Amino acid sequence: MINRNISLNRGSYKQPNIFGYYGNFGGAYVPEMLYRNVEELRDQYLRIIYEDSFQQEFKALLKDYVGRPSPLYHAKRLSEHYRTKIYLKREDLNHTGAHKINNAIGQVLLALRLGKKRIIAETGAGQHGVATATICALKGIECVVYMGSKDIERQAPNVARMKMLGAEVVPATSGSQTLKDATNEAIRDWINHPDNTHYVIGSVVGPHPYPDMVARFQSVISEETRAQLKEQEGRELPTKVIACVGGGSNAAGAFYHFLDEESVELIAVEAAGLGVYSGHSAATTRLGKTGVLHGSKSLVMQTEDGQVIEPHSISAGMDYPGIGPLHAHLFESGRARFLSATDQQALDAAFELTRLEGIIPALESAHALAALKEIRFNPKDITVLCLSGRGDKDLDAFMKAFEVQPKNSYEQDQSVI
Amino acid sequence: MSRISQLFKKKKERILNIYFTAGFPELDSTLTLMKLLQENGADMIELGMPYSDPLADGPVIQSSGSRALCNGMTIAKLFEQLKDFRKEIDLPVVLMGYMNPILQFGFEKFCATCAVAGIDGLILPDLPEHEYELEYEAILKKYGLDFIFLVTPETSDARIRRLDAFSNGFLYAVSSSSITGKDKDFEEVDKYLSRLRSMNLKNPVLVGFGIKDRLSFQSACRHAAGAIIGTAFIRALENSASLKESVKGFMDAVLK
Ligand SMILES: Cc1ncc(COP(=O)(O)O)c(C=O)c1O
Repeated sequence: MINRNISLNRGSYKQPNIFGYYGNFGGAYVPEMLYRNVEELRDQYLRIIYEDSFQQEFKALLKDYVGRPSPLYHAKRLSEHYRTKIYLKREDLNHTGAHKINNAIGQVLLALRLGKKRIIAETGAGQHGVATATICALKGIECVVYMGSKDIERQAPNVARMKMLGAEVVPATSGSQTLKDATNEAIRDWINHPDNTHYVIGSVVGPHPYPDMVARFQSVISEETRAQLKEQEGRELPTKVIACVGGGSNAAGAFYHFLDEESVELIAVEAAGLGVYSGHSAATTRLGKTGVLHGSKSLVMQTEDGQVIEPHSISAGMDYPGIGPLHAHLFESGRARFLSATDQQALDAAFELTRLEGIIPALESAHALAALKEIRFNPKDITVLCLSGRGDKDLDAFMKAFEVQPKNSYEQDQSVI
Repeated sequence: MSRISQLFKKKKERILNIYFTAGFPELDSTLTLMKLLQENGADMIELGMPYSDPLADGPVIQSSGSRALCNGMTIAKLFEQLKDFRKEIDLPVVLMGYMNPILQFGFEKFCATCAVAGIDGLILPDLPEHEYELEYEAILKKYGLDFIFLVTPETSDARIRRLDAFSNGFLYAVSSSSITGKDKDFEEVDKYLSRLRSMNLKNPVLVGFGIKDRLSFQSACRHAAGAIIGTAFIRALENSASLKESVKGFMDAVLK
């Protein structure tokens, strides 16, 4: 019999209940074929990741290999533009160019301690695939990355990087041939290799304990932010924290140590694609309904018949039809505010940051930047914006945007699509 | 006693359960195939409800599902097709599918509609037993539906007993911890099935996944009450010029 008191404990923002629920969202909706793998992780992850030897190795790699702590940079010209004080948390300066490496390192170290000999991962834009292939190269462990065959075409440079790093890139040819299908294929691979393989999920999605585990590995972002604010501002708490949400891992990391600080306003920004109601969008909290996707109950974009919809965003990392259960809970409870930015708004925001600060952001992060226009700031506010990645991988999209709009038009006309 | 339990009471061995995807190969082939299976010696039918993201299925079944979805299959449509099927079909029929479409339809409404139509049980591989016990068991009982859990060679004895206790009708033994459609090593399967048999479970066991012909069917039947064939049957329908002949040909090859 289940102890109902335990199972009905609703979990907190920082810690799901023992069945993996944050409020109404989470759980582990996995077929029996995955039960043992998921159970092993669930039973071991907290013990392993808080062992001294794990923490030492993890922290050393984050410092010397990734280059952490990432700077908390006071973006003065951007701040002036919005008449407030904005700090950028520079995850773009991490090795491999995004926050994804924090989680990839954590999970691969964990997998090695579980005795696993083979790593699999899914990837959309390729950032998580590159991060995973990187740490696998460093550790000399086999790495297989599933990637939608459409994304393989769209993201050629990252495919080349993964191959150069020694990973096998397997095209996902089923369904819509993008991130969600790559995730399905990775899960199937895991079902077929139950003994020697660990699946490194790239965001705070998937069955319990993945959302919690990934959030913990990414929580280094807000842990550093607190310390850096203390040093730079003499206070640990900002007024606002802004982050983009694809699956939600950089946002979970940027929010984590502020989740229980009610004075801190948390703002999550989703991709609205061509417009929330255009039929080409990835704004899950606006369009999604409660459902089950990739092993957890969360908000899912789906048809009336419960078939999962292929979302759209100019940014492959935002192109996911769900969000992590923590974020569904933050949305439902009102603890975080959810905004969205269109493809065009993200492009404009990317150009704006580039011209004001000399920083080319990833298109994903540009969604968070685009939200600055939607938010009312007090000049005294201190806002931390998670700059989750750099824009090198998005030059194609930026160049196309240059072609359709002459230089500087982004400043004059925000409505062109 | 449920239709499924009656079957196992009447027939103790060589039970053949055939899986196919509703709405495949054509939107309206569902009932035709059920009748053909009944005429050609199937003991039970497992009707798959197509889903965009079928994690526990292999590529053959997934592509049959994609085709069914393209054909316009939905849960509502399926229930329309099943409205009067009990006038023609006596075999036990279980529906197999994934949680998401059912949650959208409404779990209780789904069960109620199943009961009215004459569906006997459900297989929902991504419904974990914790949620089952907490939220869904009572609803299934209310509508008299059997619920069938899966077990694998990696499932511990204690957990097998637990899942057996929750299951009604039969227990679904996946022949390896593997998605549907892959070839299996008979010897390993043998060992696993004899272990299940020695446990004296409450439910009869049907072996699924990887059964494709007479030989693998017979092998599965050595230690279990019978088997479930899915992928191989879907393959036989994929390029079928006549469903009637394809079904007869397939069933004869397995049974005769
Ligand atoms: C730079 C960057 N930011 C954000 C994301 C979105 O993922 P998440 O919401 O998990 O942070 C991605 C995903 O690929 C990414 O590469």
